[in-house]
Amino acid sequence: MTPEELVEIKQNELDAQQGIPQRINVCVAAGCLSCQSDAVVDALMREVSRRGHGGRCKVKGVGCMGLCSEGPLVSTHTGHLYQHVTAADAGEIVESLDAQPVTRLLASTDMPFFQRQKKIVLENSGIIDPERIEEYIARDGYRALIHILTEMTPQQVVAEIMASGLRGRGGAGYPTGLKWSTVAKAVGTQKFVVCNADEGDPGAFMDRSVLESDPHRVIEGMLIAAYAVGASEGYIYVRAEYPLAIKRLRTAIRQAERLGLLGADICGTGFKLRIDLRLGAGAFVCGEETALIASIEGRRGTPRSRPPYPAMAGLLGQPTLINNVETLANIAPILRNGGAWYAGIGTEKSKGTKVFALAGRVCNTGLVEVPMGITLREMVFDIGGGIPDGKQFKAVQTGGPSGGCLPAEALDMPVDYESLASAGSIMGSGGMIVMDESSCMVDVAKYFMDFCMTESCGKCIPCRVGTYQMHRILSAITSMTAIENDLKTMEQLCDLVKHTSLCGLGQSAPNPVLSTLKYFLAEYKAHVGEHRCIAGVCSEKAAV
Amino acid sequence: MATYGSKPAPPSTDKRWKLVDATMRKAGGHARGLIETLHTVQEAFGYLDEQALCYVALSLRVPLSRAYGVATFYHFFTLKPGGRHTCVICLGTACYIKGAQHLLDAMRQTLSISPGETTPDGEISLLTARCLGSCGLAPAVVYDQEVAGKVDTASLRNHLEKWAHHDS
Repeated sequence: MTPEELVEIKQNELDAQQGIPQRINVCVAAGCLSCQSDAVVDALMREVSRRGHGGRCKVKGVGCMGLCSEGPLVSTHTGHLYQHVTAADAGEIVESLDAQPVTRLLASTDMPFFQRQKKIVLENSGIIDPERIEEYIARDGYRALIHILTEMTPQQVVAEIMASGLRGRGGAGYPTGLKWSTVAKAVGTQKFVVCNADEGDPGAFMDRSVLESDPHRVIEGMLIAAYAVGASEGYIYVRAEYPLAIKRLRTAIRQAERLGLLGADICGTGFKLRIDLRLGAGAFVCGEETALIASIEGRRGTPRSRPPYPAMAGLLGQPTLINNVETLANIAPILRNGGAWYAGIGTEKSKGTKVFALAGRVCNTGLVEVPMGITLREMVFDIGGGIPDGKQFKAVQTGGPSGGCLPAEALDMPVDYESLASAGSIMGSGGMIVMDESSCMVDVAKYFMDFCMTESCGKCIPCRVGTYQMHRILSAITSMTAIENDLKTMEQLCDLVKHTSLCGLGQSAPNPVLSTLKYFLAEYKAHVGEHRCIAGVCSEKAAV
Repeated sequence: MATYGSKPAPPSTDKRWKLVDATMRKAGGHARGLIETLHTVQEAFGYLDEQALCYVALSLRVPLSRAYGVATFYHFFTLKPGGRHTCVICLGTACYIKGAQHLLDAMRQTLSISPGETTPDGEISLLTARCLGSCGLAPAVVYDQEVAGKVDTASLRNHLEKWAHHDS
């Protein structure tokens, strides 16, 4: 593959697309698929061929369009977005292409949900067919790869990522450029690059959506990373629970290999990379990098103490770069547009955009990408459209079981790594769950503690025993059998587990408890002192 | 009984062992391929029984304790055969906030089984998931392989009845 050949593929694809004036795109990412959007695709195709419009109207499945709660979603070249489409609507939609839009199915695209977003990671989602590499190339895909292979040194690539200010999107926010330069400088007989697609936080589906909607973007990111750090072997560690993402990744890898964009001697430069999939098997702790490495090596996913960091001694003891899906999805646009371009978006310390999975008690649930620094209020009330059923907002939860619950007072806080951390939560991987007055915050804390307790790998005692003890106390509180002193004990336990656990799972497990104690202490006190649950969720017999 | 050092023979002439062997071969017969091999066994046979664990452990030359340790560490692996139908209730945060617990209670009441169990007649297994990633459709349930969104107790009971009805 030479730069000229890539341009040729792009041009051929664009010409082919322009030859067909009418287009209907149907979301076939997991959310819409579970509302039978595949039947909608079939019905539309039947309608088009029944009318003999095959030559001028193209129906295709595309990735996530974002507004998952209103699926199945269908968009047309006329700029209309249809929601809750069923197979029975196919005729009307095909007919509408030459006439007026189908008003009863129209979704409004001028609402803040769409207008406030800035798409970098999701720029191709909902537009390209994720199972065709040509469509990715037509949207400038693999251009960055060929550019860096032919015109940049690995050091220059690392410098560009440094300049972009990109930070790890898996949650911790470690500067990506710094990580790359550490691995690049590390010495080993072989180096590895690993894509962490073990999206474990409940309530988070950003990575799944990226993999299902635009898998080549992640592969290109891995290729660039491998070139920059000098790796020749790559793994994508993906959850077995995401069969569609796995299928599309396998297809994408095969296509890239066929075009010589992956494998040996890529683009005739001598650079080589092999990418293999490794399936997770349902262990939350495997999102932690040393546990992930253990799992790839075929062992139980238990973390080990660091240092040495995987950047020095990771997979098979060799220097290993581990980046999250969303981090890697940002790489190609950064190299196409320059690090300075990316650094111009977002806040001083948190650059670029962040993809959030907005869910819970909020009108518009789905996938959104926003510039860093947007306020929580804008997220919940503008993009999310507020709370349904006339209920009152109570809290927004970020960061999953490692994060915290933030109250109404925190709504005007900007969404960036530092602000969220100072308020007692974390950026996390991007799950954002909105809760209204019908949620009991003690019950929510118990839910997350149950999660951490079950997912604790059991290697270190503070996490294994501490989460169990905290869960026991939270159960006592929600079943109205706790005493005043239990709250004090729990605070001590939080402190202990946070500071003495081996890995991030244990260190962050107390966060949901600490943040609810900080902002919703009155609810704890009502349970303990008055045997009353303000939200009406817990009752004395509800003890589990 | 195969001796240490040579590749043991598959437990039976079942063709599915060929798939398992292929996975182990692809991993170079190395212990690193343990998890992948167990994935293949579970995909082919539905669950991991003692015979399968022994065969895989012996073939990849890992202690049986390690194979068993891995099989029980990861939630995805199951050592028991599932029912004819499976119902997976998502307990992710979004689903929990939107009442997945009520669905679980309804299942407990209707079928008298807890998560991880199968009805005594071997018909229905009840499982829970950490998060299906279908949060926009919370609460979500997977009936056999099919994801259903915005499920309530009535539609859940309906579906269970449909399963029971089709069997009669």
